[in-house]
This record gives sequence, C-alpha cells and structure tokens, in this order.
Amino acid sequence: MLMYSVKRLGLAVIIVSLAMLMLFSMIYLIPGDPAAVALGPRATEAMREALRIKMGLDQPVWVQFWNFFTNAWTGDLGNEVLSDRPVAEVVMEQLPYTLALIAGGISWSVALGIPLGCWAAVKRGSMPDRIVGILSVAVIAVPSFVVAIYALLIFAVTLRWLPAIGAGEPGDLGDQLVHLILPSLAVGLGWVGYIARMVRASMLEVLEAQHIRTARAFGLPENMITYRYALTIAILPTVTLLGVGIGQMLSSAVFAEIVFARPGVGKLVYDAILTRNYPLVTGAVLVTTVLFVLLNLIADLIVGALDPRVRSRF
Amino acid sequence: MFAAASEDRRQWLKPLVRILREPLGALGIALVILMVGGAALADFLSAFEPNKISPRDRFQGPSLTHLLGTDQLGRDLFSRVLHGGRIALSVALFATAASLIIGIVLGLIAGYGPRWLDNLMILLFDSIKSFPTVMLALALVTLFGPSLTAVVVVVVLVNVPGYARIIRTQTLALKTSEFVTAAQSMGASTARILRHHIMPNVIGPLLILASMDIPVVIAIEAGMSFLGLGVRPPTPSWGAILNDGFTAIRDTPWIAIAGGLPIILTTLGFTFLGETLRDVFDPRLKARG
Repeated sequence: MLMYSVKRLGLAVIIVSLAMLMLFSMIYLIPGDPAAVALGPRATEAMREALRIKMGLDQPVWVQFWNFFTNAWTGDLGNEVLSDRPVAEVVMEQLPYTLALIAGGISWSVALGIPLGCWAAVKRGSMPDRIVGILSVAVIAVPSFVVAIYALLIFAVTLRWLPAIGAGEPGDLGDQLVHLILPSLAVGLGWVGYIARMVRASMLEVLEAQHIRTARAFGLPENMITYRYALTIAILPTVTLLGVGIGQMLSSAVFAEIVFARPGVGKLVYDAILTRNYPLVTGAVLVTTVLFVLLNLIADLIVGALDPRVRSRF
Repeated sequence: MFAAASEDRRQWLKPLVRILREPLGALGIALVILMVGGAALADFLSAFEPNKISPRDRFQGPSLTHLLGTDQLGRDLFSRVLHGGRIALSVALFATAASLIIGIVLGLIAGYGPRWLDNLMILLFDSIKSFPTVMLALALVTLFGPSLTAVVVVVVLVNVPGYARIIRTQTLALKTSEFVTAAQSMGASTARILRHHIMPNVIGPLLILASMDIPVVIAIEAGMSFLGLGVRPPTPSWGAILNDGFTAIRDTPWIAIAGGLPIILTTLGFTFLGETLRDVFDPRLKARG
C-alpha cells in the first residue's frame, strides 16, 4: 500500500507540473504585451517598462518559467491585474462556493442514483429496469447548461418556487441551501444517470457472487441480502467514478454559476477572461486542476486501500 | 451476379434492421434524421433569413408565421435553429474526424513505438485529461480568441487522449500476436504492419465510441457559444440562441426554449443511436459506460 501511495503521489506531482508547463506556455503564447494589456492604452512607455520588470517579463523565457513554477508550488500565483491582490487569495475566497455547489451536485447524484440503480438491478429485465435505463442515458446526454436554463425557467421564473440568482444571505444557512438546490441539480443531474448505471451493473455482478448465494442458502430475508450484503459492496466502484465525476462537475459548475449568478471559481475565470485579467485566469485554472488531481488521488487511494487488486495493477 | 449484389445489399441492411428493431435505436435514428434533415433543408423549410433583422417583429411569441417566435432583433427563431443545426453538426463531424485521425496516429505510435515514448505520451494524455473540460476551453480561448477553431481545438484535446489510449492498448495486445510476428518475419515495413495488420483490428470499437461522443462534441460547441466563446454573432448557433434567451428569460421564455430544445433532441438522438450501435455490434464495450 505504501509503495502504491508513493507511486500514485509521484504521478500526481508530475501531472500538476506538466499542467503548469502547459499553462505557462499558454500565457507566453498569448499575442500582445501583457504589461500593455494590464495598463491600458493610456499608459506611457516608461510605465509599461516598469511593470514588465515587476512582472519579470524582461528575463529570458526559461527564467520566467522557473520563477512561475517555483512560485506556483509555494502557493504564490502572482497578483491579479485589476486590484493587484494576490491571485491565490482571490481564488481561495471563491473556492468554497464552488465546492459547496459540487457537494450539492454529488448529494443529488448519490441520493437519486444509488436507489435507482439498486432498484433497477433487483427488478432486472422488468419495465422499471428499462425505464431507469432510458432515463439514465437521457440525463447523461443532456448538457448541464441546458438543464440549468430549463430549471431556472421552470422552477424559478414560471413556478417561482426557488430563488433564481445569488448564493443566499451570508450566515443564513437555510437561505444558502435554498439557493443551492437548483444550481446543484444542474451540476448533479447527469451524474444521477452515471451512478444509477454503475450501481446497477455492479449490483448485478455482486448478486451472482458466492457469498450472496450462501446468504440465500441460509434463508436470510431478500431485503437484508440486497441492502446489507450486496449494496455495501456494489457501491465501491462509484467512489472512483465520483473522483472523475468531480472534474466534470467543475465544468458544469462554471455554467451553473453563470446561469444562477452565483459567486465561485467558474464565474471568476469567466469574468477574468472578459476583462483580460490573465494572471487570474491561469491562477484559477491551476487551482481547479490541482483540486481535480488531488480528488482523483484521494479516490484512487481510497479504492486502493479497499481493494488490493487495484494496487497490484498499478 | 445479381444475386450476389442483392446479397451484398442484405448484408448492409442487416445491422440497420437490428438497430431499428430496438425501440431506443429507432427513436435515436428518427431524431437524428429529423435534426440532420432540418439542417440540410434549412433553406427550404423556413421562409425567413436566419440573420435578417426586423425591429418591428421583436420578441414575438410562437405563431404560425414564426413557429418558434422571434428574438430581440426580430430574427425568426425557427430559421435560426435550423441553420444553427448546420454549425452544430458540421463542427461535430469535423472535430470528431480530426480527433479520430490524431488519436489513431498517436495511439499507434504509443503502442508500437519504443517504451519510453509510450510512457511519455501516456503521461501527456493524463495531464491533458487533468484539466476540467470547461477550464481547458476557457484557457484556450484566451489564447486563440473566440472562434470555431477554438471549439475544434478544445474538442480534439478532450477526445484525443481517450481515443489514443484505446488504440494503444489494443496495439500493445496485437504487437506480439502471431500474425504480426509473421508479417515482421516476412520483412513487412512498420508502416505496412500498422496499416494492414493492426489498424483494421483496432478501429471498430473506436468508431462506435466516437459515435457515442458526438453528443459531447455538440454540447461543447453549444456550451462555448453559450458563453460567447464559440461562433461569433450573428452566426446562428444553438448555444448563442440559448444565451439570447437566457438574457431575456423573464419576459420572453420561448427564446430559451427554442435554443435548448434542438440541443436536447440532438444529444438524445445521437446518444440513443450510439448506445444501440454499441449493444448490437460490440457488447464488450458496455463495461466502459
């Protein structure tokens, strides 16, 4: 397990470094002078030169990259252009909102997906099984931003059941939760489908297993076999799936934050692009990428701890 | 002679019949034909120019003249939806083809080439995949500016790692098989072995997977256009219409409905079709989803 963890951690470090290299080359390749973009058209040449030196743009490329690289690993992502605040600080301010949104999305997908998948597996081949199957495919197919807009239209604009914009009053947990319902539904709905399919498939596999047959032979009640002995094992693969899922939910979160005018990292990056605040763009993209790699790492380590076969395959 | 020809045709029809026999497959084909037909016949089906601004007809609700209503500039939404289908479908086709070609070439190189190159490429694929899609798209748009090129580049970057990995795994498995060793010992060149002996054996499952990815590509194009990062106005795109509708959602909901409906129908159609294709031709792939 130790060897596996070390290898897996090493891979994560390499991936994050490569991601940094890609992001750096991207800013480096952006046409135009970042200092001129930052200062606007009315700046003098001397002002631009001063900012260039402050941003380190007068150094050779490899020195620039090395500085970016070492600073980024220590958490220094530079200062954003508009207010000159540290990028890391600005991103960390917005991150909790996005994490809450993703947690909400996971709650929706787990709360609906696991029972649906389990039900479909138990009723294998019946009408409910087919309906769950088609519904799962359908919710996976429809893009999250369409779900977000239609949810906004139906539940907030037409029926007026739920609020349409914002993240709720700070400090008022109930209000914040109410504001979370629709955006997190948009983020999590597709994953209801993935999880339902995954749970169904792994339930079917587990229900064939020896220990389940033994439990049946002992005459245990069918409900107890399904929920105590089969489902607890069948849920395992969804842990890895959720690790990957969080990355996609981060993508959906960008749309949900824009449609529901919620604060968050997605909206931050989007606004930063519109205002050409490039240090903020790369900083925020880097933070979400690290977050994604980290969550995948955790998911893999959990599964590795639970299932020795995964470790040996690495 | 004629018998052989009709035999051939029956061979070709068989899979189609098998797909149509599945209710989901039939529904998928119907939806796909509806959307492709609508896009192809856009000029015949709608009497209005998609980009014709008509201030007098602003924000009209759906009626017999304007089936889906009009938008904030008085443009006919039905016509814009049909023409938007051309953008969506041609981007999907072009970007998928590009990802397939690049993915196959890289996958063959990784699988058949030296070990160190293989490791390097896998690492590169993993790091590309470690960016959340939309974040990758946003970062790339800062580089290229909003355009269809940016959309295609994003799609290629998102798809290629997965395709290349599949090709690589299968190539690795075939590399040591008897018929490849036989070809090698007869002096066949690497290019010949890859093209005639390995490619035909690895490409089938990939084509099915690619067909299942078409809805994802359509979603990426619509999503980026929704954010204003894809096609430039006034070009009609489903995502752009959806964004127009989002801006005016409180007073004129039909614009948002008109923009979202074709996205839903097309992604559902291609997904149902892809799922059926997979079940009919290659049930082994089912484990992936």
